[in-house]
Amino acid sequence: MRLKLPSVNRETPINLLIKAAGYSSILMVLLIFLFLMREGLPALVDVPLKDLFSTRWYPIEDYFGILPLVGGSILVTLGATLVAIPLGIGTAVYISEVAPAWIKEILKPMVEILAGLPSVVLGFLGILVAVPFLRRFLNLPTGLTALTGSIMLGLIAVPTIVSIAEDALNTVPQSYRQAALAVGATPWQTIWGVTLPAARSGVLTAIMLGVGRALGETMAVMMVTGNAPVLPTSLQSIIMPIRTMTATVASEMGEVAQGSAHYHVLFFIGIILFVLSLGINIAASSVSMKSRKRSERLLS
Amino acid sequence: MVNLALAWAEAYQELHPEVRISVTGGGSGTGLTALLNGTVDIANASRAIKAEELEAARSAGMDPMEFTVARDAIAVIVHPDNPIQQLTLQQISGIYKGEITNWTQVGGDDRPIVKLSRETNSGTHVYFLEEVVRMGNADDPSIFSADTLLMPSSEGIIAEVRDNPNAIGYDGLGYVTEDVKVLAISREAGGPFVMPSIETVNSLEYPIARDLYLYTRTGELEGAIQAYLEWILSADAQKIVSDLGFVPVLAAEQP
Repeated sequence: MRLKLPSVNRETPINLLIKAAGYSSILMVLLIFLFLMREGLPALVDVPLKDLFSTRWYPIEDYFGILPLVGGSILVTLGATLVAIPLGIGTAVYISEVAPAWIKEILKPMVEILAGLPSVVLGFLGILVAVPFLRRFLNLPTGLTALTGSIMLGLIAVPTIVSIAEDALNTVPQSYRQAALAVGATPWQTIWGVTLPAARSGVLTAIMLGVGRALGETMAVMMVTGNAPVLPTSLQSIIMPIRTMTATVASEMGEVAQGSAHYHVLFFIGIILFVLSLGINIAASSVSMKSRKRSERLLS
Repeated sequence: MVNLALAWAEAYQELHPEVRISVTGGGSGTGLTALLNGTVDIANASRAIKAEELEAARSAGMDPMEFTVARDAIAVIVHPDNPIQQLTLQQISGIYKGEITNWTQVGGDDRPIVKLSRETNSGTHVYFLEEVVRMGNADDPSIFSADTLLMPSSEGIIAEVRDNPNAIGYDGLGYVTEDVKVLAISREAGGPFVMPSIETVNSLEYPIARDLYLYTRTGELEGAIQAYLEWILSADAQKIVSDLGFVPVLAAEQP
């Protein structure tokens, strides 16, 4: 019998199309990176390094110290991580391991709604509820603080963490849990000692992606952190106003004259954000890669 | 000033349904940049065009035309429970520079001062820096203290001042609501302290007031833009100015 060549011919264009779609995202990231570099690196020429890495940010008078902005972003993101990990992992464990089926049916869509909530809405809630409450409750000079931003960002990161961590927990074979229960472990010991460690790579990926979500978030942070470019120097800075990199770019990009030093510095901040989130993504994928190798070893 | 531009555009389109005017906000710099880029025909600005913006326009073959279309007073506001009634320009400058950090230093309660300002892309911010923080002295290099909170919107400032008895803020008189307290301001230490109002702004007694401008790309105006500008300086359009809490200009002062 002869080979049916026409069918191969029909496959080729489709294969090419799919290939092109796959490569396009790589191309997109590369182009964005090149563009960021082209617009941002001139900042190193326009502004002396000593000034760029100083602590005063007031661009309309040519103070381009980006340290307070980097510090502000890192502080708020760390705070958000501390809020989001227990809430997110706790919710995922509850949905996947503990909750009866009917509660699961309600909780999962609820988390999805939270994920779809525009962050500007959370920002409004922050201004009207969280800001006044935190000021009175902690007796602060103002409620527009890094802590308020952390809580808001934590809430934004939770849905990401919940859905990915829950998927990871679901892939743990039922036999693991049955084996643990059979040797007399309590349900809590099973979750903490067997299920969570077995799903560890997925859970870590969930956390990393949640952190990335928090780092890049703009609107809610801009509304509740006060945007004062003060370099965070101690733990106390968490209850003081700060200014993040994203809020700075968002609020100043519209005003800036193209090609000015300020314009290049804003793109330089973009490079820093890009590199930070790239780092987080690499960390996330290397965590999941490593465990796949280990499981392959176990299976062989 | 975006409220004013919106109200004008709305009223004018009702009178002339054949004309379509769309208004976008974002701050004076945003508007002027858009004018120079050619994306808009008219830029409203709450500050005069900067020398470098003018230069950029000239090198692009434009000759921007300036019109004074209204006046605006900046009100300094505090929480209604704050016992302070009045401040001098010197005291406000000291507060925003970070030299005065507690309300007792200006005769108030023992509370820390939380300073609120608009973002640096707001014309109001630049005006306040030049006329209040530096008290009109162009050689003065002082700037806002780093812990000044920079709010993205007027509403953000009003919301925080309304809620927080430590706060001091400033905003256009047109944006100030009833539930915050407006302070009387004096140029000199001894007074007189003046409350902002249409009368005190037009009589130039109130010290923190400014002109609001409208810019076009050239002096030779197209028919539709010309007609719109003429209408803005008419009594009807200037009534909208006073309705919104701004201060109307007299048509006689126009170039």
